[in-house]
Amino acid sequence: MHLVLMMILQRLALGVLTLFVVSLVIFGATELLPGDLASTLLGQSATPETVAALRAQLGLDQPAPVRYWAWLTGVLQGDFGVSLATRRPIADMLATRLGNTVFLALYAAAIAVPLSLILGVLAALWRNSLFDRVANAGALSAISFPEFFLAYILIFLLAQSGYFPSMTRISPNMSLGDKLYVTFLPALTLTLVVTAHMMRMTRAAIINLMAQPYIEMARLKGLSPLRIVLRHALPNALAPIINVIAINLAYLITGVVVVEVVFVYPGLGQLMVDSVSKRDIAVVQAIALIFASAYVLLNLTADVLSTLTNPRLMRRK
Amino acid sequence: MPLFVVSTSCYEMLTLCAEKPWRVVAGIVRHRTRRNREKHNTTNKAHQTGVTRRRLLQGATALGAAGLILPASYRPARAEPQKGGNFRIGLGHGNSTDGYDPGLWDNLYAQVFAAARHNQLIEVDSDGQLIGEIAESWDSDDGQTWVFRIRQGVTFHSGKDVTVDDVIASLNHHRGDDATSAIKQFFDPVTDIRADGDNVVVTLDAPNGDFPYLMSDYHLAIMPGADGKIDPTSTDGCGPYIVESYEPGVQATLNRNPDYWKSHRAHFDRVEILAILDSAARLNALMTGQVDLIDQIDPATIGMLEARNVANILSIPGNAHYVFPMDSRAAPFDDNNVRLALKYAIDRQQMVDTILGGHGAVSNDNPIGPANRYFYADMEPKEFDPDRARYYLRQAGMESLSVDLNVADAAFAGAVDAGALFAETAAQAGININLVREPNDGYWDNVWMQKPFVASYWGGRAVEDHMFTTGYAAGAAWNDSFWEHERFNELLVKARSEVNEDLRREMYHEMQRIVSFEGSVIIPMNNNYVMATALNVATPEQVSANWNIDGFRATERWWFA
Repeated sequence: MHLVLMMILQRLALGVLTLFVVSLVIFGATELLPGDLASTLLGQSATPETVAALRAQLGLDQPAPVRYWAWLTGVLQGDFGVSLATRRPIADMLATRLGNTVFLALYAAAIAVPLSLILGVLAALWRNSLFDRVANAGALSAISFPEFFLAYILIFLLAQSGYFPSMTRISPNMSLGDKLYVTFLPALTLTLVVTAHMMRMTRAAIINLMAQPYIEMARLKGLSPLRIVLRHALPNALAPIINVIAINLAYLITGVVVVEVVFVYPGLGQLMVDSVSKRDIAVVQAIALIFASAYVLLNLTADVLSTLTNPRLMRRK
Repeated sequence: MPLFVVSTSCYEMLTLCAEKPWRVVAGIVRHRTRRNREKHNTTNKAHQTGVTRRRLLQGATALGAAGLILPASYRPARAEPQKGGNFRIGLGHGNSTDGYDPGLWDNLYAQVFAAARHNQLIEVDSDGQLIGEIAESWDSDDGQTWVFRIRQGVTFHSGKDVTVDDVIASLNHHRGDDATSAIKQFFDPVTDIRADGDNVVVTLDAPNGDFPYLMSDYHLAIMPGADGKIDPTSTDGCGPYIVESYEPGVQATLNRNPDYWKSHRAHFDRVEILAILDSAARLNALMTGQVDLIDQIDPATIGMLEARNVANILSIPGNAHYVFPMDSRAAPFDDNNVRLALKYAIDRQQMVDTILGGHGAVSNDNPIGPANRYFYADMEPKEFDPDRARYYLRQAGMESLSVDLNVADAAFAGAVDAGALFAETAAQAGININLVREPNDGYWDNVWMQKPFVASYWGGRAVEDHMFTTGYAAGAAWNDSFWEHERFNELLVKARSEVNEDLRREMYHEMQRIVSFEGSVIIPMNNNYVMATALNVATPEQVSANWNIDGFRATERWWFA
């Protein structure tokens, strides 16, 4: 256990360093983008005087390093600052949207992870059978379509006939049942998008192990194929599967802006896109940090879990 | 992060699809193939029948489209307005970065939301006439000192009375050196704003008979003032609805103001304004009954909406127009012959048919539209005429011409396709237009008024002087063609203070002629405001052409039948 604890601490320290670098890169990249908040806020109606006045009001006339330093010291004290565009506290703006994003990601994951594990195990079990081929072909075609296309198809099939709403308007005081109902279509879309990756990794990892001598031994002992797969192959295949699941979970949190747009779902992705296009740097930074943290933490969790499932790694000197 | 990057490019793809109706692309392709086929149809019988059938279908579509633009008298009969209901609007605008500051309202979402909670000094009614709102009446002896009489007994949502000081604070928010308002230039000629009993007195540095029109601008919301300043982060107003909640870029919820001073307006109990950026999502929301009004309808889907009988289409012709400004200081556009050559090398009717799907009208390079008082309707039109374009090229001493046209759909929906169409027709006149596609992001910063030949749009203005002063006067901030014309600028000042109606009309006609034939902006079309409503939404006989969504005031003027 000591080893694992050390690893977690080490990774967390590295994670903080990663976040720092990410914030630096995002800040630099936003600086490189043409125009700033003052000119984009005023848009077509920008005149040199109004832009200058707005810049001075927002503090954008300061040099970039000064602004970055001010932002960094704020964040270190737990203050994300206020959005430059709306002048609302960023923490408030993010809270609901982060909640929405995590809710949708968990919802989709709750469907997709068991589904893809079961499909993957069964496909490995009945390798090259009709089931295997259909599951593979289905998952691959689902992942090959662009997300918005899948979303439109689901809307066409399930929303226009009135079974589910095409627009997911959720509010904090809705019951869980209602929330699950209105967000079903986006969750289903995301499930279709991420299932193939996880399912095929499960299948491949298990099949890879099935050629091992110890599996042959188990087979010779007369164990049932299901027991061989679940008790003997799966535990050894867990490490790659966990990693793929972690990456897909991270994707569900950071990469679903298209689905958000189609279903009018107020998540972080849309906020990120809006903030980038308006050069609202403080909000961009905060969201980038959340996204980067999601990757860091999920990867850390995946590493810890794969270490825990592998006795050889646990006893390493 | 790689996955995120992938998905943002998907997002761009998506918005591209949303902003570029397939129909438009298909329209261009169809025109090309039709021309090719017409060349060959005598040699190939199979093709010939293909053409006939295609034409038949095209004709049918055109007929269908024409039927949709109903004359006002043909719309469903209306009863007296009824109170009640929850009116849900889905708009293709609204960002999570939208702020509260009146000086920075720039998109339809902010405008409709503002009109639902605020009043202004003066309202433009459905016929384009000025009527008093917070200003009960107004008057000026010399056109230079304007006296606005403030309506008594109006209260803000917070319960405070609307006073002269509030009005002055609201106006001053847009005025002064540190003002960041988009309409700061309206107040440049204002030398003084002061209170006089129940009146607000505004003094200008020169007479301007149209000054009250400027005071009807949507930025000029009347908000409560304290110490001579308004709080630009407050939603408090004296308008028809009180804000219950607002999440920028998502949704605003408002309830009827029980103390609203206009008893014959604001019929809904509750109003919800939703930002639905994806056009397919917007359409779905209307068709499945989740909203009652949507804007920005893809022309290709209008027929389908009508056929299913799930929505009413409103297509309102107004002064809004799409433009291609040319930098008149830069060669070759400094030669008016070159500008005229380009003006004759554009097929305006085809633009209206394909880019607007028929929901618009041909414009004769005239920023003044049919909804204006002094619109010059009889000006000789500019037909697409390659020979004439060549003639003007030769006048400019050129045999052929090659120019870059920088466009992005940020300029207007379909701008890239409009550019492609322009390039195709101009090629027939020996003009090579090299279409440079720019990113939407940063278009107004890096392309518009930076590159010499670009695309842009105007919402149009209710008053000639307002339009010319903001976009065509020498040195105006938005004079995007950097155009200076001595006679035009002289007339502009003269017409402003001219009291004789006939003389004034004459002057404005001459100015429109100058802009059309010597100006440096190509204006091929006026775009209609196209909306779709649920079948139970009733509108007044006349829907305002002043701005989109009934002059932004659908929440105040419409009701459920």
